[in-house]
Amino acid sequence: MTSLSQFAEVLDYDEALAKFDPVLGLEVHVELNTNTKMFCGCPTEFGAEPNTQVCPVCLGLPGALPVLNQIGLESAIRIGLALNCSIAQWCRFARKNYFYPDMPKNFQTSQYDEPIAFEGYLDVELEDGETFRVQIERAHMEEDTGKSLHIGGATGRIQGAEYSLVDYNRAGIPLIEIVTKPITGAGERAPEVAKAYVSALRELLRALGVSDVKMEQGSMRCDVNASLRPRAEDQDSVPLGTRTETKNVNSLRSVERAVKYEISRHAAVLTGGGKILQETRHWHEDTGITTSGREKSDAEDYRYFPEPDLVPIAPDAAWVEELRGTLPEPPARRRRRLQGEWNFSDKEMRDLYNSGAVELVEATVAAGASPLAARKWWTGELSRLANLEEKQLSEMPVTPAQIAQLQALVESGKLTDTLARQALEGVLAGEGDPEQVVEKRGLVLVSDDGALGEAVDRAIAANPGVADKIRAGKVQAAGALIGSVMKEMRGKADAARVRELVLERLPVDAPDA
Amino acid sequence: MPAISRDEVAHLAGLARIEMSPDELDRMAGQLDVILGAVAQVREVAGDDVPATSHPMPLVNVTRPDVPRPGLSAEQALAGAPAQQEQRFRVPRILEED
Ligand SMILES: [Zn+2]
Repeated sequence: MTSLSQFAEVLDYDEALAKFDPVLGLEVHVELNTNTKMFCGCPTEFGAEPNTQVCPVCLGLPGALPVLNQIGLESAIRIGLALNCSIAQWCRFARKNYFYPDMPKNFQTSQYDEPIAFEGYLDVELEDGETFRVQIERAHMEEDTGKSLHIGGATGRIQGAEYSLVDYNRAGIPLIEIVTKPITGAGERAPEVAKAYVSALRELLRALGVSDVKMEQGSMRCDVNASLRPRAEDQDSVPLGTRTETKNVNSLRSVERAVKYEISRHAAVLTGGGKILQETRHWHEDTGITTSGREKSDAEDYRYFPEPDLVPIAPDAAWVEELRGTLPEPPARRRRRLQGEWNFSDKEMRDLYNSGAVELVEATVAAGASPLAARKWWTGELSRLANLEEKQLSEMPVTPAQIAQLQALVESGKLTDTLARQALEGVLAGEGDPEQVVEKRGLVLVSDDGALGEAVDRAIAANPGVADKIRAGKVQAAGALIGSVMKEMRGKADAARVRELVLERLPVDAPDA
Repeated sequence: MPAISRDEVAHLAGLARIEMSPDELDRMAGQLDVILGAVAQVREVAGDDVPATSHPMPLVNVTRPDVPRPGLSAEQALAGAPAQQEQRFRVPRILEED
C-alpha cells in the first residue's frame, strides 16, 4: 500500500555530508555457474519450466541426504583467495532455520561462525583513478531459495497477496555470500565507493569464471547497509549509528542511488530529532526511494546449528595452494596490460572501465576489429543507446562478434557510418547479424552513378535558388542538396560521392573580376 | 531454577509456528527441563579436552562431482503438494515478509 507517509523526508545530500559521516556495509550474493546445485545433482539452467530441476534433496523430502558439490567448494575457495582472504582449515555448514515457503526444508543450508574464507580485502578503482581498499569480513557458502509468485493484491507484491505459487528450480543453486567490514572513511564518495566495489567484485568474479554475474537476471544481488554518525575531528572514535539494510539493489546504478538516498533519509530523520529504526528496507527502482520492510525482531532468531547431514570441510593446504595457482591475472593489472596493447590514454581506459566496456572491447578486438574502432562503437553509439534505455552496456542485445562484423562492413566500404548505425539498429531489434540485416533491410550503398546522378538532377531542379548560390561560389550551400539526395536515397549513398556529382553539375561561374 | 522457562518454550513454539495451549506449554516446559537436565549431566562428564560433536562419523571433505543427475519430474515433485497451480506449489499467503 502506498501512502504519503512512505515518502520520507530527505535532507540535501551535501548538507547531510556536512553533518554526518556515512558508514556502509555491502552484502553481495553471487550464484555460481556450476552444472549442478550445491548439495544435489539437479541441473541449474536458467529459465527452465517450473519445478523441473528438483529432486528429493532440494525439495527437502524426508530421508534425502545432501552431498557437497566439489566445484562449488573449489569456486568458494578461489573466490576467497582472489579476495585476499584466509581459507578456513576446518569449517562446517549450519542450518539457518526459518519458516518461509521459498525454502521447502524450513531451513537454508549456510555457514554461520565458520565461513570458508575470512579477513580479506579488495582494492577498487574510483572514477578518477584513485584506489580505495574495501576490507572483506567473510565469504561463505550457502544455497539459493525458490522463487515465489504472489497472486492477488494490486501490485503483485506480497502485500495484499491472496496466495503464492512457488517454483523450486532455483532452490539449492550454489551461492557465495561476500560480506564487507564496515566501510569507513569514504565520506561524500560513499555512494561512488559502493558502486565501484560492486563493479570491481563483478569484474573479479567474471575473471575467475565462477559466475555469469548478471545483476539483471539475479545471479548477483546486493544488499546495502548504511548508517550515519556525527562528524567529528577524531572520526574513528565515534561509535557507529543504527543501520538499515536495503535489500535487493540489483544494478550498479541502483547501488549508488540507494546509498545516496539512505544517507539523505537518515540525515533528515536524525536532524529532525528522530531515531533510525534497525530494519530492512525495500528498494524501488522506478522511484529511486526505499520503503520500510520489517523491523528486525523474532524473524532474525534463526537458531543456527551445525548441519548434521554434511561433514566438515578441511581443505588440504597443498590443494588450496594449487587453487591459488589457478587465479586469473588481477583485473586492475590486466587493464593496465590491455591499455598498453591498445595504446589508449589513461582517460580513455578509465572511461572504458567506468562504462563497463573493457571486456566488450577486448572481445570485439579478438573478433577482428581494431582497438580504436571497437572503443568507438562501445563508448559511442552503443553507450548512447544504452543510456537512452537505462541499460548496462553488457545488457545490450548485440555481441562483440557482431560489432566486429559491422566494423568490417564499414572498412570494406560496403556501409557508411549512417548505414552502419541503421544496421546496428536492426541487430539490436533482433533481426540477426549485421550482414543479414544489411540484406533484409537492403542497406546497400547506391554506388551506381546513373541513379545517384538522376537524384542529384531532381534535387537541383527542386531547389533552383540553392543551385544559383553554388554557381555563384557559395559551395557550402551544396549541403542542402546533398541532404536532399541522401534523404531520397534513405541514407544509402556515399555523401562524398554525392557532393562530387553536385559540384560537377554546378560549376562555379567565372568571377566577373 | 529450571533449565528452560515456560516463556522460552512459548517463544520457541512461536518460531516453529506451533500453536500451544497454556496446559501444553506447562507440560512441555516440564518435559524439556528433564531432557535438558540429562544433557547437562552428560556435559559434566565430558571434560574440556572432549570437543563438541556435530557429526557421528570422523569424516571430512565428502564431495560429489559436478555432474547432473536426473531428479523428479514436475508431476512427481508436485504429487505430494496439498495444492498446486501452473506447475507450482500453491501456498497460503505470507504476512510481513519480503
Ligand atoms: Zn535437487
